[in-house]
Amino acid sequence: MAKAKAETKAEGKVDAKIEAKAKVEAKPEPKAEAKGEAKVETIAKVDPVAKAYAPAHRVGMEVSIAVSHAVQLSRAEAIAAYPITPQTHIVEHLSSMVANGDLDAEFINVESEHSAMSACIGMSASGARTYTATSSQGLALMHEILFIASAMRFPIVMTVANRALSGPLSIWNDHGDIMAARDIGWIQIFVENGQEAFDHSVMAFKIAENPKVLLPTIINMDGFILSHVVEALEMVGQKTVDNFLPAYVPRHQLDTKNPVTMGAFAMPEIYTEVKMKHQVTLTNAYEHIMAVWDEWAGLTGRRYQPVERYRTEDAKVLLLTMGCLSEVAKIAVDEMREAGVPVGLLKLRMWRPFPFQDLREAVGDAELLVVCDRALSLGGPGGPVMSEVRSALYAAAQRPQILGYIIGLGGRDVAPEAFREIVDQAQKEVAQGPSQEFHLYGVRG
Amino acid sequence: MDKFGFAESQKYDTYASRLMPREELFTPGHRACQGCGEALAVRWVTKAIGPDAIIAHATGCMEIVSSGMPQTSWMNPWIHVAFENTAAVASGIDAGLRILERKGKLTGPPPKVVAMGGDGGTSDIGLQALSGALERGTNFTYVCWDNEAYMNTGIQRSSSTPFGAMTTTSPPGKRSIGQSTWKKDMVAIAVAHNIPYVATASPSYIFDLYFKIRKALETPGPAYVHVLSVCPTGWRSPTDLSVRLGRLAVETAVFPLFEVVEGKYHLTVQPHQIRPIRDYMKPQGRFRHLREPEMNFIQKRVIDRYRDLLAKCNVPEPEFPFLPEEAPAEEGK
Amino acid sequence: MKPLEETTWQEIELGGLLREPGSARAYRTGDWRSQHPVWTKSRCIRCGVCWTVCPEPAIVEEPGGYFDMDPDYCKGCGTCARECVTGCISMMPEEE
Repeated sequence: MAKAKAETKAEGKVDAKIEAKAKVEAKPEPKAEAKGEAKVETIAKVDPVAKAYAPAHRVGMEVSIAVSHAVQLSRAEAIAAYPITPQTHIVEHLSSMVANGDLDAEFINVESEHSAMSACIGMSASGARTYTATSSQGLALMHEILFIASAMRFPIVMTVANRALSGPLSIWNDHGDIMAARDIGWIQIFVENGQEAFDHSVMAFKIAENPKVLLPTIINMDGFILSHVVEALEMVGQKTVDNFLPAYVPRHQLDTKNPVTMGAFAMPEIYTEVKMKHQVTLTNAYEHIMAVWDEWAGLTGRRYQPVERYRTEDAKVLLLTMGCLSEVAKIAVDEMREAGVPVGLLKLRMWRPFPFQDLREAVGDAELLVVCDRALSLGGPGGPVMSEVRSALYAAAQRPQILGYIIGLGGRDVAPEAFREIVDQAQKEVAQGPSQEFHLYGVRG
Repeated sequence: MDKFGFAESQKYDTYASRLMPREELFTPGHRACQGCGEALAVRWVTKAIGPDAIIAHATGCMEIVSSGMPQTSWMNPWIHVAFENTAAVASGIDAGLRILERKGKLTGPPPKVVAMGGDGGTSDIGLQALSGALERGTNFTYVCWDNEAYMNTGIQRSSSTPFGAMTTTSPPGKRSIGQSTWKKDMVAIAVAHNIPYVATASPSYIFDLYFKIRKALETPGPAYVHVLSVCPTGWRSPTDLSVRLGRLAVETAVFPLFEVVEGKYHLTVQPHQIRPIRDYMKPQGRFRHLREPEMNFIQKRVIDRYRDLLAKCNVPEPEFPFLPEEAPAEEGK
Repeated sequence: MKPLEETTWQEIELGGLLREPGSARAYRTGDWRSQHPVWTKSRCIRCGVCWTVCPEPAIVEEPGGYFDMDPDYCKGCGTCARECVTGCISMMPEEE
């Protein structure tokens, strides 16, 4: 009895320590987060009830493991997965959680990614909260089923550990895999660090399962450079997640008491209408995503935006990046600002639905926008993101010059100097007139 | 288990038709061809399955004729996803039901899970998903509608197309006798996965079919039932002969009816005498081009395989007076 | 049921699913046939085999236990006539 008392006392001390630490760390770093970026509300400023409601603890762990914890906290019920580098640690850890009874879920080791997504549809159709993860070739293999999963409105959550597509075979990071899946009709979000990977994995379930949404959701995180690194992050508790994310209530289900036919075929007379409904649903998901991000900001103090800005107020030149490259670009922007270059950074976080309005506002009156893609659309205008950004800004009365650079393919490292050179080169090019459709930065030969 | 299967079906005779369940779970209004043997098979299999089952169906004839927006012939909860993944979808449904049951979210016992696919969606493009589902011990029944070609897309050959048959992608010609390989043995593949129940069935023998499906459903773990589905359109046979051809397939030993229970073979329909394959093949236009060498090859092979089956079933061999003389040298192909 | 060509995108069900099981009954496949079965009741033994072999099914049982075709769905394939145990079913051509 005395021992128990002593232990709780000790825990109380530790808790206070953690809380104090969290308070200190919650204060925004002046350099990184000050001007231009949307306010990061500290926990202290938020409703004190929310603070008590959201006990969190700081951990240092491999981001893949953090993602599997997010899935565990979200009480995922059914998982069908096939291993592929660099997603493996996620599914391995989930597998071990299930084996130890730490996650009450059905885990199927399917025999291919195509079957993984197929089984996920079966699981979701039966009414279970469903999760899977994949990369690269696996995403490509399940391609035909991805369209079907979203058309049939199943709220499956999937982590894609972004990896280059073959050929040649590459296990290393780029965005080629997900850029080849732009049209699948899923909600798609990009994260750039461990905290975001954790946060967005939990939020994904809430977004997907909203009865006004009911669309499968992908959380993209860079393979290896994010999935396999150890980062410090704040992990919320089970109670917080349970209050934030109630049990999944299916709005359509395979149920003998209410038999329905799912997956009927559509004649030409009706196909367009079915697609229109899907398009409107995905577009309108924007406000529901923002509502969830807003709620999360209230709980944790971390607020996310579809397009995040870094030092953009008086920027004449803007860089646009997605995923981990944004963190590198930030460093380059700081260095360039020191040298007097009026450059800023846009970080595209919400990919689908595409945040047209946020992008147009974020671009403001910049003169030059350099979009850095980590994927190459062969034989076309080069960068998928650059193409979409150009298209989004086409109708604007005033728009910057938009140039495209492809960087970091197949896991090639991108250092901050690269962005400095790119901005340099882009500025020269704008002055002389564009020399080519896009640039494959750093290619030898 | 003895309640179902062959033992049970033996108790019924001519008037037993009246005793069969009247409720139609595969309703008329479907767009199957006149005389479709596969639609007849679906009709009886769904009667055997009953309303307390979830069906996952592959793309194919039966899916297309029964589920064009906004109409459906299915009375069961039913899902179609794609062509080659029915067994994987069924695996997912089975897992989903298990977790829902564990969490107390089901009102009542979990329904049965049934996967259905054609021969193309099973032995060709769907083989991987089927193998995976069988290997994982998924608690479901897989029913294969075997009409021996990709009928829905216009009668192209599959690995279930019988040797010598004409299809649009195995047409006979100056350099071809039609399908040049023997029908893939899906039953052997299913048995090789060590699953507790495998059977062949035909809507020409509805009691045999009905009780085999019931047995498959009641068997815990994976069960596989291979149903010969006569297709007058693709086989180029008269629309009124589908049931008769199904019977002839059994009586000529081309498609014997048996079940494999925990690896043990049992013959469930034993014709009084085996007829020559000509009786079965003659009414079908798809075999019309075959000449004596091919017919002899097929006849011999059919009986060889039947002999193997009889040995596994521990049934003595009957006489085969029509067997061609042993020819040395080449065997067909 | 609203005809397909008049259905708006707002009216599409969740994921395109169909909520009414057996709605295919609204489609009268009986229009397809060029012949139909006729029973000679005096030779019919009411065994029910015809009912079992109809693929639609388009054979209904009358109060007396005899069978007749369902004109809404019979496609005229002739299987019932072929399989009849006593041969009491004949296929007659459809009148124009």
